[in-house]
Amino acid sequence: MSLILSIAVDGIAYGMILFMISVGLSITMGLMRIINLAHGAFALLGGAVVHLLTTRMEVAFIPALLVAVFAVVLIAVLLERVLFRQIYGFTELGQVLATIGIVFIMIASINFFLGSTILPIGVPAMFTTSVDLGFRTLPFHRLVVIVSGLLVLGGLWLLMERTRFGIYLRAAVDNRAAAASLGINTPYVYLVAFAIGAGLAAVGGVLGAELLPIEAYYPLRYMVLFLIVVSVGGLGSISGSFFASIGLGILDTAGRYLLPGIGTIFFFVAIAVLLALRPNGLMGKAQ
Amino acid sequence: MTMPVLSPPKPSRVHAVLGVLMPSVCVLIGAILAFLMFPYDLSFLTRIVIMMILVVSFDLILGQAGIATLGHAAMYGCGAYMAGLLALNVTQDPLLGLLAAALAGGLVAWLSGLVLLRTHGVALLMISIAVTMVLQEVASQARWLTGGADGLAGITIGPLLGLFEFDFIGQVAFIYSVCVLAVILVFCQILIRSPFGLALRGIDGSASRMRAIGTPVYRRKVTVYVIAGAIAGIAGALAAQVTGLVGIEVFNFSLSADVMVMLILGGAGRLYGALIGTLLFMVVHHVAASIDPFNWLFVIGLMLLLVVFVLPKGLVSLPGRVTRLWRRA
Repeated sequence: MSLILSIAVDGIAYGMILFMISVGLSITMGLMRIINLAHGAFALLGGAVVHLLTTRMEVAFIPALLVAVFAVVLIAVLLERVLFRQIYGFTELGQVLATIGIVFIMIASINFFLGSTILPIGVPAMFTTSVDLGFRTLPFHRLVVIVSGLLVLGGLWLLMERTRFGIYLRAAVDNRAAAASLGINTPYVYLVAFAIGAGLAAVGGVLGAELLPIEAYYPLRYMVLFLIVVSVGGLGSISGSFFASIGLGILDTAGRYLLPGIGTIFFFVAIAVLLALRPNGLMGKAQ
Repeated sequence: MTMPVLSPPKPSRVHAVLGVLMPSVCVLIGAILAFLMFPYDLSFLTRIVIMMILVVSFDLILGQAGIATLGHAAMYGCGAYMAGLLALNVTQDPLLGLLAAALAGGLVAWLSGLVLLRTHGVALLMISIAVTMVLQEVASQARWLTGGADGLAGITIGPLLGLFEFDFIGQVAFIYSVCVLAVILVFCQILIRSPFGLALRGIDGSASRMRAIGTPVYRRKVTVYVIAGAIAGIAGALAAQVTGLVGIEVFNFSLSADVMVMLILGGAGRLYGALIGTLLFMVVHHVAASIDPFNWLFVIGLMLLLVVFVLPKGLVSLPGRVTRLWRRA
């Protein structure tokens, strides 16, 4: 019983991290129809900034996180303006190559400034304590991760369903050309969506540093994982990404607990079968 | 809209034979020059030749049929393990090893191709990556067969054709690899010029039109995937035989990515592009990585962006573009 509970808690916490990092990727890939392999770089950048601020300048965790998100959003806006805007027009293959190129340059730069070792993040002491929920105790960190994941989900739901920007965004995901011809400023929608996605990736990268340690090779090492979440969930679907993240988080964790050794094989076979049966993902729209 | 003319004007028989042999002749001349100029770097040169075989096989998939995958290491790795296991357990004959590896690579390509060629875009990329990951995990878990993370070591290969012993400096290994590359290039040239090759380029141009004129698109794609897989298996087998080692790194994602980068760098869709791209990539890698491996990553990232933004057709298109600029000026 306690094993099932640990799998559930760890799996859900892991899934929440995956969700926060990849939901932005799902939106941008659904919106701009591009294959973006560079998304993990934003999580890495967020983690690197927090590492710099907390361990080298002794800034507290929360302000450091805010600064990191702000910095990453700024970089994302710049990158979108300079590079990604051109990449939208490339062929599938060109997009793969250009974004892999960006990943390589990012890895090399992080290594140049910070080295290739794992970059620890100075979390508040509270994170390592455990909380008594009555029926069992939980590491506080897991609780923070799960709550922030739910907050992100709620916030995105409000943004998509209750604001004018959300309407623009949904319209642009459904039909880019029609949305543009109705007077929606689609380049602006792209820019904002891209920046929001990058900011969320930074939050996920920092909060998830305990599970997915921050280091120079981060964007390449976990790229496949984020892309799997997006393609299983279906491009452009927030609820799809959420269920895919939680499902994959639990599946991966259960595989590691119950089938040590062949867990990874099981995981990837499951993914391949699912994608072969439903190439557009669980909640993807047929193209 | 004008469709590109797919069939070349009918050349004379001599021209056709020359065209088929041309890439192999270029490779042989280049190899002889390299052999004479760098007699102490033969193991590096052999690695380049093996990579060329792998990239040429990827050109059949990506360059001819326009199928972008990120899992070409799957077939390469299976070929390497097949050749290694065969040499350790059954026979040390190198050519039988190549044959077995080609069968292994082709079989893996057939099984995975049946699934992944039904999809396209992101799903295809993801499944091809997943196949490679699964194979890597299998290789690392099946310790009794593959040696797990330690890999297969101490592979010894018998004399080539029963005549030539593999020597310590690697002269025989180099000549052997070059000969295999030359044969494969002739085979690929014939394949590309056959009606089958035209069908592949047609599929790349417009799959729906090809379906409309009666081409079984899916079956053609599976066929080319199997052929390319068999050649990739041969490349893996050569690597295993020449180095005497096979490790689970043969299934690394970075190998699949590197292969794609080499092909794009040189220019997809042309065999010369695959050869030139591999040569340039390997030499720059050798030089940059000996200084600092991370600098190398920066260089390759920059090269990728440059090629995609400035030279989308690869280096082989450079002379044509320069002359066009020249004429306009």
